[in-house]
Amino acid sequence: MSRSRTIDTPDIEGSSASEPASRKHVLDLDDFSQEEISAVLDSARSMKEVLGRDIKKVPALRGKVVVTLFYEASTRTRISFEEAGKVLSADVINMSSSGSSAEKGESLLNTGLTIQAMGVDTIVIRHPHSGAPYLLAQQLDKVSIINAGDGLHAHPTQALLDLYTVRDKLGSLEGCKIVIVGDVLHSRVARSDIWGFAKMGAKVVLSGPNTLMPPDLIRSNNNIARSAFASLVEVDTNLDRAIEGADVVMALRLQQERQHAGFLPSLREYIRRWQVTDERMARANPGAMVMHPGPMNEGIEISNSIAHGGSSVIEEQVTNGVAIRMALLYKVTIGPAQQL
Amino acid sequence: METESIVIRHARIIDPSRQLDRVGDILLGNGEIVAAGRLGLDRIPEGARVIDGTGLVVAPGFIDLHCHLREPGFEYKETIAAGAKAAAKGGFTTLCAMPNTDPPIDNAAMVEFIHQKARKESAVRILPIGCVTKGRKGHELSEMEELATAGVAAFSDDGDPVYDANLMKLALTYSSDLGLVISNHCQERSLSCNGVMAEGPVATHLGLDGIPAAAEEAMIARDIALAEATGGRLHVAHLSTVGSVPLVREAKDRGLLVTAEVCPHHLTVTDQWVLGAKGAASVAAGGLAYDTSTKVYPPLRAQSDVEALIVGLADGVIDCIATDHAPHDLTSKQVTYQEAAFGISVLETALGSMLQLVHSSKLSMAAMIDRLTVGPANVLGEKYADLASLQPGTPADIVIFDPDQEWTVDTSEFASKGKNTPLEGTTLKGRVVATIVAGNLVYEGPGLKIQEARGRT
Repeated sequence: MSRSRTIDTPDIEGSSASEPASRKHVLDLDDFSQEEISAVLDSARSMKEVLGRDIKKVPALRGKVVVTLFYEASTRTRISFEEAGKVLSADVINMSSSGSSAEKGESLLNTGLTIQAMGVDTIVIRHPHSGAPYLLAQQLDKVSIINAGDGLHAHPTQALLDLYTVRDKLGSLEGCKIVIVGDVLHSRVARSDIWGFAKMGAKVVLSGPNTLMPPDLIRSNNNIARSAFASLVEVDTNLDRAIEGADVVMALRLQQERQHAGFLPSLREYIRRWQVTDERMARANPGAMVMHPGPMNEGIEISNSIAHGGSSVIEEQVTNGVAIRMALLYKVTIGPAQQL
Repeated sequence: METESIVIRHARIIDPSRQLDRVGDILLGNGEIVAAGRLGLDRIPEGARVIDGTGLVVAPGFIDLHCHLREPGFEYKETIAAGAKAAAKGGFTTLCAMPNTDPPIDNAAMVEFIHQKARKESAVRILPIGCVTKGRKGHELSEMEELATAGVAAFSDDGDPVYDANLMKLALTYSSDLGLVISNHCQERSLSCNGVMAEGPVATHLGLDGIPAAAEEAMIARDIALAEATGGRLHVAHLSTVGSVPLVREAKDRGLLVTAEVCPHHLTVTDQWVLGAKGAASVAAGGLAYDTSTKVYPPLRAQSDVEALIVGLADGVIDCIATDHAPHDLTSKQVTYQEAAFGISVLETALGSMLQLVHSSKLSMAAMIDRLTVGPANVLGEKYADLASLQPGTPADIVIFDPDQEWTVDTSEFASKGKNTPLEGTTLKGRVVATIVAGNLVYEGPGLKIQEARGRT
């Protein structure tokens, strides 16, 4: 039934090649090898050097066209992709669902085919439905697709910038302990971060209410088959215990609707059990850093003093996000990065 | 109408209604079975068409208790004419058509419409199923006696359950003097929520909302309690979970009038297939993930569910195989997984799928045929028993299939308008060679060998 199924499905798992395979799409980190992730992080380092220049412009993607296709509100992801493309001299066209043919009921597939027909090289897509970038990758044969967040599923560029930020601080991800706190069930950031940190040799611990954990990760539930994540993470609902010895603590955004949907008794109880606070951070390793994918609910999942305190690397995450997106746009549009 | 005589020779004749399984000949005439056994040449009438059945199985035509023919209202997905052709290709000679059409089949005029359409356009028997509630809205009972008199074979609001427990109790009570089952699509909505696939590891990986097994089991348990309270006849549609099987087993052990069906896809395909690699184990989702042809209600589940359903079918706790043939247009599936319509086009692949279980010795050939013929006929009731028999004098509704013929599923060759199947491109072993309804050869497939009509001597 598919128009074309010529998608690249590189066999990254088990590949020990030091030179990463060429990659047409970035859909999730589950099909990235450790080597390929390292290569992207290395490339981002040279991209970050470009961002530090007086004249932030290189001709790497001159003559290439990038469309950002956003079906959900976004500030940092959309702007950072736009900036990344422009610094690399690509022509970047932003499209959001409001004010476009999507409002007239055009299907995602037809919108994708239309954009492809205009000769675009790369589509950066954010969509509220898990798997939307896969639909485009399966049905469009001429463009590269970068997933900028799909439903509850994945946010690979966010995970890569998180990896970059931690590696930049610690020098290596091997053996470090990251605690991801909050609504893992509904978090595409958590899913991609689990893949990324685990592949890089970090220890990943999840903490949050069991109602906001994927059912197969709830420790007491033995009646359900375990997902691939189950072997990559530990789960401890007791954040005070989970946070001990952590090098990184990442607070996830808690959507306040979750309380009304019955996942939580109250925000008050959530704050009491899972807010990342100074007291809790005191249990982590000295110098441990606090991350947040944004946008934050200060005073709910993260205390005000932590969000803006010395351990926070939240703004560095944003800066690094531009470099990571430059590296990925270059990678899928041109190929493995060279010195710029 | 007088039909020509057909004789099928040297075939393996399997008639579960009489526990018959032997190589022999079968003679059809005047739309009925004339004789089955070892027939001397002198018994074959002049002018009869002779089918060489060597290496083939002859059985009563399959009866499908559960399919969606979409007409009226959704003719762009399927029509009675196309669905009937698909049925004939799949070896089905009787289809029970679910009433979730537009308008729904909730009154005698609609039943008559289906009958008229079927008379004109269908080579197989079409038995309409009537709605349990008016407009399938779940508020008031439909005029069930009028529907029964008009000829519906069962009642169902399929696509939706009868959500309201008291209304389900009243439906079972009211219909208990009509002799027809209520087939309920068991799904507790407050548990299935926005789910689009089975709760479990693949749903976690792909970030898709999961449907817990308890959504099905809770409603089956409810309905069994209601059947017990009312003495009504409950048929549980499309079982999909390991936990549903003992619920039905225990209800039957207590002597309740409870029957159940299972679909070929729930017996052969798992939620791994949502990853798009036809079930191949893989750590990474890969670019083919979110294969919308796997989106079906109830959802494809784990291998442990599949194994339990096979055991339940083999030991008879599950009475029959039903296709839940749910054809859709391409547009309804070329969308995100969340938006895609639920349903698989099954009629043309059902036999090949089921024979996988026979070839792997998980189900006997006789049991498979029983669950496709006698099983569903028993659910419908005594008056349909003749459709599931090769006894002389019964209607000549017959399937002839080659259990070993391998073929590759190519949906562009489907007779159904619904090309939505995860089996596209896979190889199945076992294929229908011919289908006969009331003595008429309504489908001639690859491998059919018809000899010259036997001339006068």
